[in-house]
Amino acid sequence: MTAIELSAAVRSGERRAVDILDEHLARIEERDGEIHAFNLVTADLARSQAEAVDSAVAEGRDPGPLAGVPVAVKDNTCTRGIPTTCSSRILDGWLPPYNATVVDRLAAAGAVTIGKTNLDEFAMGSSTENSAFGPTRNPHDTSKVPGGSSGGSAAAVAAEFAPLAIGSDTGGSIRQPAALCGVVGAKPTYGVVSRYGLIAFASSLDQIGPFATTVADAAVLLESIGGHDPRDSTSIEAPAPSLLDVLERGVDGLRVGVLTELAGGPGGVEGISPDVIARTAQAVAALEAAGAEVSEVSVPSATLGLTAYYLIAPAEASSNLSRYDGVRYGLRVDASTTGEMNTASRSAGFGDEVKRRIMLGTYALSAGYYDAFYGKALKVRTLILRDFAVAYEKVDVLVTPTSPTTAFGFGDKTADPMSMYVNDVCTIPSNLSGHPAISVPFGVGDDGLPIGVQILGPAQSEPIIFSVAAVLEDVASKGGAR
Amino acid sequence: MTWSIEPTLPEGWELVVGLEVHVELATATKLFCGCANRFGSEPNTNICPVCLGLPGSLPVINGTAVKYAMLLGRALQCEVRPSVMARKNYFYPDMPKDYQTTQYDQPTNSDGELMLADGFTVGVERAHIEEDTGKSTHVGGGGRINDAVHSLVDYNRAGVPLVEIVSHPCLDTIEHAKAYVSGLRDILLAIGVSDARMEEGSMRVDANVSVRPVGSEELRTRCELKNINSIRSMGRAIEYEALRQIDLYSNGESPRQETRHWDEAAGRSTPGRSKEDADDYRYFQEPDLVPLVPSAAEVAAIDDAMPALPSARRSALRQLVPAVSVSVEVIATLVDRGQDELAIAAIGKGADPEKVVTRLQHDLAVDDFSKITAGAFADLIRMETSGELTATQAKQVLSEMVETGGEPRPIAESRGFEAMPTDDLAGLVDQLIADHPEEWSRFVGGDDGDRKKMQGFFTGQIMSSTKGQADGRAVADLLAQRSAG
Repeated sequence: MTAIELSAAVRSGERRAVDILDEHLARIEERDGEIHAFNLVTADLARSQAEAVDSAVAEGRDPGPLAGVPVAVKDNTCTRGIPTTCSSRILDGWLPPYNATVVDRLAAAGAVTIGKTNLDEFAMGSSTENSAFGPTRNPHDTSKVPGGSSGGSAAAVAAEFAPLAIGSDTGGSIRQPAALCGVVGAKPTYGVVSRYGLIAFASSLDQIGPFATTVADAAVLLESIGGHDPRDSTSIEAPAPSLLDVLERGVDGLRVGVLTELAGGPGGVEGISPDVIARTAQAVAALEAAGAEVSEVSVPSATLGLTAYYLIAPAEASSNLSRYDGVRYGLRVDASTTGEMNTASRSAGFGDEVKRRIMLGTYALSAGYYDAFYGKALKVRTLILRDFAVAYEKVDVLVTPTSPTTAFGFGDKTADPMSMYVNDVCTIPSNLSGHPAISVPFGVGDDGLPIGVQILGPAQSEPIIFSVAAVLEDVASKGGAR
Repeated sequence: MTWSIEPTLPEGWELVVGLEVHVELATATKLFCGCANRFGSEPNTNICPVCLGLPGSLPVINGTAVKYAMLLGRALQCEVRPSVMARKNYFYPDMPKDYQTTQYDQPTNSDGELMLADGFTVGVERAHIEEDTGKSTHVGGGGRINDAVHSLVDYNRAGVPLVEIVSHPCLDTIEHAKAYVSGLRDILLAIGVSDARMEEGSMRVDANVSVRPVGSEELRTRCELKNINSIRSMGRAIEYEALRQIDLYSNGESPRQETRHWDEAAGRSTPGRSKEDADDYRYFQEPDLVPLVPSAAEVAAIDDAMPALPSARRSALRQLVPAVSVSVEVIATLVDRGQDELAIAAIGKGADPEKVVTRLQHDLAVDDFSKITAGAFADLIRMETSGELTATQAKQVLSEMVETGGEPRPIAESRGFEAMPTDDLAGLVDQLIADHPEEWSRFVGGDDGDRKKMQGFFTGQIMSSTKGQADGRAVADLLAQRSAG
């Protein structure tokens, strides 16, 4: 059952939230030992929430659009009194004294918070192999990674541990694992979902978004968590987008562009596998058949996104992660001076990838290097924004693959960081531009593993990209992606 | 304001001082959260996830703090521009995020100035918004972090809004440095954005000091003096530092660029952090906040709300009184006491400017003179100038006016202060001379001492016989006249 169906059943009194919870807890019990989607299953909290939902229904009150629906929350999202680890040793023992805005909004919508999901440490990675608590496995093939950094959330939804999950996307961390796990994942426009309580990786790029098994479920989740939050200065002053109402409107007359540089076209990025390119082309053809006007659109600077991203994101991270110094919370390794204590705590608390990015970012911001690295990356970011603005004069949405390949094996890319970073090449431009994007499953690759197609649109075009994704979902469900 | 004598540097040297003044804004809440901005609370009671920099927390800027900062900027004749917040990255235990949210290349206020009472203009490079840090107390090891047994941190101050006012290195004397800080404090109090208490740390001054040979334009290696907690202390610290540097140069050595810690009790500074291995702060734009873009209308509203500032008040009064007889110090004193408005109004009603200033300066050094109207004060001065009241009588009438707020004429009449016609006074003087020939001959023929003593004698006799109704100056004039004639 989808989240929408479950919620309807709970609200009508047909099903009890606690029973739904128990079914999901049973599946987690049965299989999460193998998958490791969760860092923590919050069964007690979930039960009290589910009971409250059932009481509300019994008393004739409407618990909200997510009534009784279990939701898994990425473990970089603060939950009051519940460990929030970022899958890092550095936050050892820390209990947030407050909830992230999205966590409060989930509760207000009647959702049941079932657990905290695994991630690459501080959301830095594309495979969830960088977790201090061990990797998450892809439910479709446990010898493969689930993608990352929100690998735990993607796997939780794919394994039916929860119909919905919350992730965060800084360079593709929702969309890429969604693609690799065969679920729907969306990165909203920057500022649509409050970042208050999301432990920052790269503040100007981070955005919280939904995972679901269907586009409609992702839509209802985004509707529930989105909308202005006065506690986040970068939050857009508008209510959450209305998505469900317009989900069925189709693509007739819609101008759809194939982003040539990210879809295997000439002069574009290399390394996108042929089966992924073929599925993307098939998706475009399906949209054309559904009435869309299709054209090829060039966004030349999109190929520069990866480089710019790997300067901007680490630069912000180097600053955001300074506060983990052993002084106030989390891990402290004692030493004879404050400075030595800081160093010892950070050396013991952070994993290699986090250290790599802190060093990279520190270097990029350093006097004498700022202009050549961080400063230049900001210019590329401006260029990308401008190029996308030009593209969106010609088309309403752009289509690309989500990930260059299907799920890869453990250890395949850990030895060479660059090979891992290239995974984000198709997803990064939307983070740099702040624009929304959604990944929707569209068939499988030569290896039988899921492939995701990505729909990009201009700022606040969620209603359009979700409706395009709904068309592709419909095509795929009818066997059109084989 | 103290106007002491400038300590002189050894011949051939001059002072170059730039000041960085941190001012805590008197907002109800902190810069980025709703916690109380309050001095003296129990440690760690005005704190929340935001000002503790807890993971996931985000700042929201305090609009009042921004308004106060812009008001201060305009008071310093700054250009108020679109600005952004930036992160200054360095590790310190009392800084919760291990970066300070401040402003860097795009400050809210830039290119201002402050004119001192003597006309010297101090250039203000910038006045930017930033957050304060927490406060560390290092226990043991002499109270310095590196030797301490343990340290206590109070985060009540973390996130308190500050404006840092950076002057150009243009201050050439200790007196100018003191007058500048004093002038800043006057402005802060006048516009009401800070209580500017150096002893409580709501106004903190760091002094960048260097010296150079007189006539040179070079900027030599400077040292930054910290832990200055009064204007007087700043003067001592600058003097000590200037002499220390001159000493080094005279011995063929050079100062190191460093931060030095002023020890007020010992009267000397000790070296702190060397700036040669200074941190690289890796400034970049704060991504958690949006740019501050004041509209022209907002800036205009700030200008409209600007009260008259001390310098403008001084020059308004200055223009009305003769420069030869009234010094800048006296003008400054009246403005400090808030008596300039009364003076200007009384002068506007025709009272003698010099007499107005004299009476205010000497006979109205009271806290509350609010009962005195400009009209009544002008009448009093006119009565004195015309000779209707003697100086002594005028003072007595004035003190009653302070108490009751009455008009001078009825007060004078009720006290029997009748105008004594000059002819009557001349008669009294002549009679007195006739009655005291010996004293008179000492007055006419004695040396200066005798003459002065005898003038006192005759004036005293007249005052006594007239019960103070005679004008002392008129008596002196008559005595001089008779002795010359």
